[in-house]
Amino acid sequence: MIGRLLLSLAGASVLCGSLTLSAQAKGTGLIFISNEKSNTITVLDDKDQVIRTFETCARPRGMHFSADRQEFFVGCADDSVVAIYDVATQKLLRRIRQVEEPETFDLHPNGRHLYISNEEDATATVFDVETGDFIAEFETGEEPEGVLVTSDGRLVFVASEAANLVHVIDTQAQEVIKDILVDTRPRRFALTPDQRELWVSAELAGIVDIIDVQTLEIIDDIVFLPTGFRKEQVTPVDLLITKDGARAYVALGRANHVAVVDVESREILDYILVGRRAWGLALTHDETKLYVANGLSDDISIIDTGSLKVITSIPVGMVPYGILIDDR
Amino acid sequence: MTAKAIAAVFVAWLVLAGVAVSTAAANEAVSFGYLQREGDPAYAQHRTYTGLVLRDRTPPLDGAKTALRDSRVIGRSIGVKFDLRERVLGEDEGLMGAMKAFIEDGTRIFLLDLPLQDVTQAARSLTGHDVLLFNIRHGAGELRGEDCSPVLFHTTPSDAMLMDGLAQFLFKKNWTDVLVLEGEEKPDLTISAAFQASARKFRLNVVDVRPFVLSNDPRVRDQTNIAILTGDADYDVIFLADTLGEFGRYVPYQTFRPRPIVGSEGLISSAWHWTWERHGAPQLNQRFDRIAKRRMKDADYAAWAAVKSVVEAMVRTQSRDLATLRDFLTSDAFMLDTYKGAPGNFRPWNNQLRQSVLLHTHNAVVARAPLDEFLHQTSTLDTLGQDRPETECRFE
Repeated sequence: MIGRLLLSLAGASVLCGSLTLSAQAKGTGLIFISNEKSNTITVLDDKDQVIRTFETCARPRGMHFSADRQEFFVGCADDSVVAIYDVATQKLLRRIRQVEEPETFDLHPNGRHLYISNEEDATATVFDVETGDFIAEFETGEEPEGVLVTSDGRLVFVASEAANLVHVIDTQAQEVIKDILVDTRPRRFALTPDQRELWVSAELAGIVDIIDVQTLEIIDDIVFLPTGFRKEQVTPVDLLITKDGARAYVALGRANHVAVVDVESREILDYILVGRRAWGLALTHDETKLYVANGLSDDISIIDTGSLKVITSIPVGMVPYGILIDDR
Repeated sequence: MTAKAIAAVFVAWLVLAGVAVSTAAANEAVSFGYLQREGDPAYAQHRTYTGLVLRDRTPPLDGAKTALRDSRVIGRSIGVKFDLRERVLGEDEGLMGAMKAFIEDGTRIFLLDLPLQDVTQAARSLTGHDVLLFNIRHGAGELRGEDCSPVLFHTTPSDAMLMDGLAQFLFKKNWTDVLVLEGEEKPDLTISAAFQASARKFRLNVVDVRPFVLSNDPRVRDQTNIAILTGDADYDVIFLADTLGEFGRYVPYQTFRPRPIVGSEGLISSAWHWTWERHGAPQLNQRFDRIAKRRMKDADYAAWAAVKSVVEAMVRTQSRDLATLRDFLTSDAFMLDTYKGAPGNFRPWNNQLRQSVLLHTHNAVVARAPLDEFLHQTSTLDTLGQDRPETECRFE
């Protein structure tokens, strides 16, 4: 109900000439932010106003929509639970229990299998999001973090922060087919839309490694160093590549900037100043706005991707981690 | 460090040193020797009264075990199985005999959880041998100075590093006038001297150094009564050097002036603390707790860092050759994830692991040093401890 109301308000704001809202936006327009230290989810409306904050399970971090985008999943490390909420009402629908310290996850294109990194357990596990059943488990290095399933569902990549490895899981064979040695403390992934390049952020090395998905070898890397920063202050975590494959955004953690990269030339186009320790990133469906979770300033920055300027920053809960935008 | 840089450095060594690099055979074993000594005074039951134990003294073996567990899958990826071989020497047993037996058995990497004189002896006797030794608990300056050895590496911070971190904090807070209280024990005097050196380095003003005595004797009241001991002087902060802790625990709230205490009580400088929650530390603390069922401490961290350093060097160089590994550990290409932010490598002039130090109370980390304001021409981590121009270590 509230969602529909907001949607109509959103429509009104489009008519009023709102700068950033896409006329094609569907869904509820709601934005969810997990706050890992206050154990809450902050809900913003499509005008970036905080409309609600609700208690969730302990240490919520990774989030993901269900295939039909009617539900969203929240991984809670300290409760070993993946909580499943209704998008429109944010009502708790069910829980997947006994998921050892989930950090992040990705949903297989089959819409059922959630591939989860189990941070404390040095495993990646697979659960069925409808039944909550445990499906499979894979041994990883310590502190598995980023998880990414290829669009054809054939491969799953899991980054192990403490082992400096990217594990490659073959979903058909149900086994780890390769451990790729990457730079120090790999965190998150992005795939180019053609699925040929896997970009991996290496937090402590301050770089993004680029892996050829065909050969599973590192083919290049991108080093980040905004003006005035020392190498050790640049700690990239989350990264996104736009749908047309032209541009990448990389949150640089302690360097308090987001890097903008031209994907084809691998050149850094710009650095945008955001809040403290920028980690989580999310783009609106029309890619006109980029949301950045600033873990140590307890706020999010919203960037206009046209001008590459921060439009506003919004206080949320303690240590914001993940961002979901329901606008399609 | 990029993959390309690593490869370049690695190739450079091959060319320069002509080192034969063995590629990992499947399931090759690499052992770490862990040496302790029976009756080691460091683990003696601490001064107690009415059953109180003020300092928890547990050998840091669990730190090494945590690192080995951390390395299982890394080992899988390079075909190496890492293990730990423990040995407790008898109280009067010769150290070198025991080490020789290990070496003949193929174990050449050692974690030395031994008294200072044993560490000094091992370093001296094995210089020039094909071994890799880790000092995991002594902050002593001489081990990194005149008693240094090219085969001895330090994963625990030096006293100078710990005290420099504290001095940076005091300088930043503008608590520049410091009253020093020091005990009679030798370690008290050592840590007091280290702090005073740091105070000179960071332009703090030590207004007075006052010895305290653990006694109720009214004749030495000026050294036993904390109000008197801390009166008649103007200062911003008190530095307390009390390694036993029995006197020091009564200093806060008993001082003549309302001033904070740092050093052995109050704000303490350490390699590690169980409440450190940034840079991935909660994960390491939780992994350690699973194995040890207790909180991770400095020496545990140093033992963990020693094993992790060797594993990381082997993975990056694809070598088991100790000379290659030693060179790599002290190169810019080596990066240990210290879980304290800036990655660590070893200073080539004395084999000390570059690392941040944590300034903490009993239940919170107040600051991480080096503080942002302290800069250095090569690595900000070198604002802590003996820098290249100051070192008395000569490897040749």
